[in-house]
Amino acid sequence: MVNRLSSSPLLKRVASTIARGFSNSAAKESGSEISRNTRAAIVATVATGGLAAWYAHLYGNPIKAVTVAEHGLHPASYPWPHNGWLDTFDHASLRRGFTVYKEVCAACHSLNLVAWRTLVGVTHTADEVRALAEEYEYDSEPNDEGEIEKRPGKLSDYIPPPYPNEQAARAANQGALPPDLSLIIKARHGGCDYVFSLLTGYPDEPPAGAVVASGLNYNPYFPGGGIAMARVLFDGLVEYDDGTPATASQMAKDVTSFLNWAAEPEHDDRKKTGLKVLIITGTLWALSLWVKRFKWTPIKTRKILYKPPKV
Amino acid sequence: MAVSTLIYNTFIRRNSIFVGTILFGAFAFEIGFDSAVDKYWDKLNAGKQWKDIKHNYITSDE
Repeated sequence: MVNRLSSSPLLKRVASTIARGFSNSAAKESGSEISRNTRAAIVATVATGGLAAWYAHLYGNPIKAVTVAEHGLHPASYPWPHNGWLDTFDHASLRRGFTVYKEVCAACHSLNLVAWRTLVGVTHTADEVRALAEEYEYDSEPNDEGEIEKRPGKLSDYIPPPYPNEQAARAANQGALPPDLSLIIKARHGGCDYVFSLLTGYPDEPPAGAVVASGLNYNPYFPGGGIAMARVLFDGLVEYDDGTPATASQMAKDVTSFLNWAAEPEHDDRKKTGLKVLIITGTLWALSLWVKRFKWTPIKTRKILYKPPKV
Repeated sequence: MAVSTLIYNTFIRRNSIFVGTILFGAFAFEIGFDSAVDKYWDKLNAGKQWKDIKHNYITSDE
C-alpha cells in the first residue's frame, strides 16, 4: 500500500511541482541540485501519503462481529401499490389486511396505538367499525358502589391487546414477547419488504448447517435465523369478504400494507400535500428566477468601455 | 397599454379594491388549485382509495 501510494504518478507530479516552486527561489541561493526546501517538501509529501496508507490499512476494513447470517437475509424489494411518490395505499388491500390482523395476528400481537375510529373511512364504514368494537368488552367508569363494570366497545376505544401485560405475554409464549405491531413497519429495517419476506420466508425445514435453538423456528430474514414466532400464514386461513383468494402471499401482502397504514396513517394525505407543495414552490422558484434575470438585465448587459486619454 | 390601464383603473387604483382583489384572489386560487390537484390525484390513484371501494360496503341509509 505504501509503495503503491508513494510511487503513484500523481504524487510524483505533486512532489515535483512543489519542488519546482520552492527550487526557483531557493536553488539560486544554495546553488545545489536539490535544495533543502525541496527535500522537505518531498519528505512531507511521502510522510503524508504514508500516514494515509497506514490509517487505511488499520481502519479501512473494520472487523465485523456478526456474520451475514446473523445479520439476517436482506429482503427483495417488492412493487408495493403505495411505493411511488404519488401513490396512495390500496384501501381494498388494507381492508383485507385488517381481516388478517384480526383473525391471525391479534391472537398474540397487540395494536395499541390504533383506535377503532381511525378505521372509519379508511377500511370500513362507521357502522361496520361500531359492530367490530362492540364485540369486545372494556372497563366502564366506576358506578355508585365504586365497582367497575364491563361495557361494549365504542368507536373511541383502542383495539384491545391480547394479553393484559408483558409478563402475561411472555408466559404464554415461552418467554418471547410478541412485539406491538402499531409501528412495526417503521421500526424494522426494510419496512414492508422485510415484514412480507419474514411472513412468507419460513422454509419447510432449516437448511443443512443452520443451528436453531429449541423452541425457535428458522427464518433466514430474521437476524440470527431463530425466531420464536412459527409460520402462521397458510393458504386459505382466512376468508376475504371481497372474494379474493386467501393465499399465504396474498395475506402477507395485505397484512403488511395494513400495518404500514397503522404506522403511517397520514400517508395518503402527506403525499397529496407534498404534491401541492412541490407545484407551488416549483412555480414560485421559476418565478423568482425570472424576476432576478429581469431585474439584473441592465447590469448584466452593460458594457464598460475604456477610453484612453488623448495625450 | 389599454389593457394595463384598464387593470390599473379597475383593481389597483383604489386601495380597498386592491386589497379585496388580493384576498378574493387568494381564496379563488386556493379553491381552484386544490380541486384541480384533487382531481388529478383521484385519477392517478383510481380504484385504490376508500371512496372508490366504499360503495361495496355501504348498506342502506348512510
